[in-house]
Amino acid sequence: MRYFSSGHGACPGCGLPIAVKNVLQALDGKCFVVNSTGCLEIISSQYGKSAWGVPYIHSLFENAAPVAAGIEAALRALGRKDEGHVVVFAGDGATADIGFGCLSGVMDRNHDIIYICLDNEAYQNTGHQQSGLTPMGEATTTTPVGKLMPGKLGKKKDMVSIAVAHGIPYVATSSSAFPADIRRKVKRALEFEGTKYIQIHSPCVTGWGVDGKGGIIAAKLAVETGLYPLVEFEYGKLTRVRKIKDRKPVEEYLKIQRRFRHLFKHPMGKQIIEELQRIADENARKYGLDVEKK
Amino acid sequence: MMKVVRGFYSVAHAVKTCRPNVISAYPITPQTEIVENLAAMYANGELENCVYITAESEFSAASILVGASATGARTFTATCSQGLILMSEVLINAAGMRLPIVLVNTNRALSAPLSIWNDHQDSMFMRDAGIIQVYVENNQEAHDLIPQAYKIAENSKVLLPFMICMDGYKLTHAYEPVDLHSQEMIDEFLPPYEPVAKLSVDKPLTFGSYAPPHIYMEFRVALQNATERARKVMEDVFKEWAEFTGRDWKSHISVENVDDAELAVITLGSITSLVRDVVESLRREGKKVGLIKLRTFRPFPNDEIRKALKNVNKVIVLERAVSFGNEGQVAIEVKNALYGKSKEIYSFAIGLGGRDVPRELIVKIIDNVMQGKVKQGFHFEGVQEFKEVIP
Repeated sequence: MRYFSSGHGACPGCGLPIAVKNVLQALDGKCFVVNSTGCLEIISSQYGKSAWGVPYIHSLFENAAPVAAGIEAALRALGRKDEGHVVVFAGDGATADIGFGCLSGVMDRNHDIIYICLDNEAYQNTGHQQSGLTPMGEATTTTPVGKLMPGKLGKKKDMVSIAVAHGIPYVATSSSAFPADIRRKVKRALEFEGTKYIQIHSPCVTGWGVDGKGGIIAAKLAVETGLYPLVEFEYGKLTRVRKIKDRKPVEEYLKIQRRFRHLFKHPMGKQIIEELQRIADENARKYGLDVEKK
Repeated sequence: MMKVVRGFYSVAHAVKTCRPNVISAYPITPQTEIVENLAAMYANGELENCVYITAESEFSAASILVGASATGARTFTATCSQGLILMSEVLINAAGMRLPIVLVNTNRALSAPLSIWNDHQDSMFMRDAGIIQVYVENNQEAHDLIPQAYKIAENSKVLLPFMICMDGYKLTHAYEPVDLHSQEMIDEFLPPYEPVAKLSVDKPLTFGSYAPPHIYMEFRVALQNATERARKVMEDVFKEWAEFTGRDWKSHISVENVDDAELAVITLGSITSLVRDVVESLRREGKKVGLIKLRTFRPFPNDEIRKALKNVNKVIVLERAVSFGNEGQVAIEVKNALYGKSKEIYSFAIGLGGRDVPRELIVKIIDNVMQGKVKQGFHFEGVQEFKEVIP
């Protein structure tokens, strides 16, 4: 049996199966999967129709991290540690909002697990509500566009810095648009004992408002504009970034997605686009994303 | 070996002899000393093949045990009050996933107002969770129930979380002589946990599927069936324990002086000892009073209660919790068990939030009922004059 079979219920063009398949491939299927409630769980774990060819557990929305810690502890206690790695797949809401406290506890105690945050930037399973990882300016059903409001006002929570601040051995970002990058980072993560946090940008065709092939195009642009920098930290130190040649303006990323389209018409849109550009520029400066022109 | 120990230690020692693989907890008064004892045993290398994790909340502690139990580990936690309520989402989930987690709840009141003292409001809140719920009268009983809890919970006919309820402070902090189990004794009584299904790479299974309407209900029927099957498994294990230890261990309920009684008092938890003393002295005065101690609350021993009260006309239920908008939870259950039988039932909420229940109060309640001075139904007893702020 394959680690993650076809026949699951993901939308055509969904970024989640790409991320999951590449993570499982990098682990050679030698792993225990813990999944929080959300898109991935719903498309893959219906009773009698499980897509999982690896041991899989879903408990609740907010507790994937401690459930994984419990599996790891049990494997140690039972002398089964060599059986496989413990890997969490959790959405952005499960990670940055409702399960934030649980995850912080796990990172603080440095349980030996790989935590994959599948970041599609909103509660997509329930129809596109904003989460802590929804970027500024995005229209969601709970941050809708109106006469007064231009979508979400707050910034995307910086989970990467928060993870780094916990002093865990390995923190990285990746993207479903870069499958080889996912595999390499998971393999790198295996070299460390302790909690590894990898946040994978993963397009949602319905939430982002793109067609089946548009998700990957958008996810690629997120990296190429500097809005979603691909970075790696080892023991708190930035060790590697994906450099960008001729970084694109954020408008190119924003204009192809329905979730941001209002920014080009709304009275506050210009200001938000400028702020998003400023965020991209700051990312480029902070992480040294731009390839220096000779 | 008989030793004078605190309630906390009677639990921790028993847990140690059951050879748990993963213990996770979060401190909360009056539970903390249980896990402090276990942490000290862990620090001293007394817990073999065991990982002890101090979580950042009761919610995470219970979640850690879900992962551990699903992997095939024997697990333990202890909590109470706000901690139990915070755990409740996880414990309900663990029941549905049929994970035999054993926990001790050191009964404490719920906020607001904040109270660290004893009543049963916390565990009663878990009535419908699908977990086995038993109450102990003293620390020997708490000590003895731990290995039995594992044996019952891990039985393939059951596979449910098991919650032992012991009164906070009244038992946890009390020094009592306890006949402590030896390791050899528990090794003989309790076999290692052999899960029927577990997370393993060799045989990958999916735990915690979601169930659409065409299949969800069948899982809930299975949960009810498991809880019902637990009745017999518990009876068998209780009997086995009595034979194994030579102790008069009783079963789901303990029926004392009820055969010729006109009135029976139903109790649960540590107050039973006081009520027994009152009942025995009233009998010496010629009053035909009996006692029923309720040990098992879930599954509820309907048949046993009905049988015990067959010839008794008046029933008093004494309990430390209220289902607001109705009456005490135990009284509701007892009435349900006695449906169709015409009995007089008087229910009393006493000792909430650690309020002292003196002997005279029990005597007064029984006398008043015997003399027909109180109406049937629900009463608070031992309450002072109090001007409500609202309205």
